Amino acid sequence: MADPRTIDIKDQPGFRSIAILCLCVLYVPILILMIFSFNTGSLVTHWEGVGFGWYGSALLNEEFHRAAQNTLIISTSATIISTIVATLAAIGMTRVKPWRGLPAAFMVINLPLVVPEIITAVATLSFFALIAGAFGLNFGIGNLILAHTVFCIPFAYMPIRARLEDMDLTLEAAAADLYATPWHAFRRITLPLLVPGIMSGAALAFIVSFDDFTITQLVAGPGQTTLPLYIWNQIRRPMTPEINAISTILLLVSILFVSVSFLIARRRAK
Amino acid sequence: MSITLSKAAIFEAQAEKATSWRNRLLALPALVIIGIFGVLPLLIICVYSFLQAAPYGGVQWKFSTDAYLNFLFQRDIFDDTLQFTPDFLIIYLRSFLFAVVTTVICLLLGFPTAYFMATRPPAQRNWWVLLITIPFWSNLLVRTLAIMFIIRDEGLINNALMGLGLIEKPITMLYTNFAIQLGLLYSFLPFMILPLYSSLEKLDFRLVEAANDLYATRRQVLWRVIIPLSLPGIIAGCLLVFIPALGAYVTPLILGGGIHLMIGDLIAQQFGSGRNWPLGCAQALILMAAVLVALYFYVRNTSGKIQHG
Repeated sequence: MADPRTIDIKDQPGFRSIAILCLCVLYVPILILMIFSFNTGSLVTHWEGVGFGWYGSALLNEEFHRAAQNTLIISTSATIISTIVATLAAIGMTRVKPWRGLPAAFMVINLPLVVPEIITAVATLSFFALIAGAFGLNFGIGNLILAHTVFCIPFAYMPIRARLEDMDLTLEAAAADLYATPWHAFRRITLPLLVPGIMSGAALAFIVSFDDFTITQLVAGPGQTTLPLYIWNQIRRPMTPEINAISTILLLVSILFVSVSFLIARRRAK
Repeated sequence: MSITLSKAAIFEAQAEKATSWRNRLLALPALVIIGIFGVLPLLIICVYSFLQAAPYGGVQWKFSTDAYLNFLFQRDIFDDTLQFTPDFLIIYLRSFLFAVVTTVICLLLGFPTAYFMATRPPAQRNWWVLLITIPFWSNLLVRTLAIMFIIRDEGLINNALMGLGLIEKPITMLYTNFAIQLGLLYSFLPFMILPLYSSLEKLDFRLVEAANDLYATRRQVLWRVIIPLSLPGIIAGCLLVFIPALGAYVTPLILGGGIHLMIGDLIAQQFGSGRNWPLGCAQALILMAAVLVALYFYVRNTSGKIQHG
């Protein structure tokens, strides 16, 4: 990439400082939060020394275990279901001739992204209350899995669709010319090429489910505490750095999954 | 010869049509799940908003427009007349103001940042994108908590200022409008930077060069070339900040402490302590209407752009 442009012309005065300011604004608060998780003192804001004590007390806490277990059950199930149906939908909506219902179908898939979370939350709450009242149906933790699956679908869908659109269609055509059945062409050509998109989509679906607070808080029944709800319960009590430790664990999980999704996408770009 | 060819063509077209039909069905499971658990609930709250509240939460199946009336009026206990009570309206206007200020400041900070990122060499650019992507996907509750720790009375800022002897009493920042505004900015800044970046990244910098060759100053290049070309990204970014900021729930819940409400808390309250589900549904639908108006302007603007382009 021999590029004749000089950086000089493109630069705008002051933009560098604003960019660095933004980066600091975004990171300083979470870094401080993380640093205080290593505080040996029992105050969230007064530093006494470095230690891992609060991680120990967090990890030994029964409530934390239950919340972590619930979170993993919900996020894993929602991720698996949403990734499978999003993959099918992405294929069904890119490998077809445009038809009249397509824009509408696209809108439905993306609906959870446009509706403010609080509206989805109260609507889902009303829905489950209604089916519990009218038909006596209560799926327990399944309620949360279903609610999470709905908003995970568009997040899983986006990278998979992008990958399908970038894909070289001549490969599929070549397979068809060589007498591969549509199923064979899909299984041996499309699917292997699609795997990075699926993984990236699954990672995003997992993060949004893992981090969800608003919808979970309104829909969750008794005993269905997830990690974000556990943190919320802790905020309302006198706080110790244990909350910093748990928050740090949550942040690290997000960072891990974002990085995985990001690296997969980068490899695709190369 | 020509007959066999056209027969083959017909056969192929039929086969393609069959695959196309089969492929359409693949979208069905996702559409059914979102249809039942995403769209149907929205229809249910439309119905609920026209029902009466049950005393302990939930609804009674009796038609009533009270929820919408209660949005603006309160029934007087003594003479049963409707009194204009703008309490909810004020919360809506305040949320709107918060969302607008958040969008404007995010744009002012986000545009230079995104532009700076887009003009870095590719390797550096990837790092910047990752660094902005991480807060984008990080837990909003935890990030809000991080702001809370900093601005509390015994938080870092007050401790530092008192330690330096600049103030004697801590400045109250938590549970104020300032706290909410700060929290919204902090929450949604990455939502502005990323769409702006993806738009600026595709910018043809030869145009910047051309403008420069024609003796345009840097400011002129910025205002007459770069900003007009990145307008779709600017609109997308503003929408991605404005909509969640308008319906924000976590930020005012934690940083407003239930004193300074936004629409999000107001709605949740009706389903909790308020025990007035129809009112909550009506309030949610009014928020949805505001969001749809914003989306309408977005679609109109972007489809106009495509036609002109």
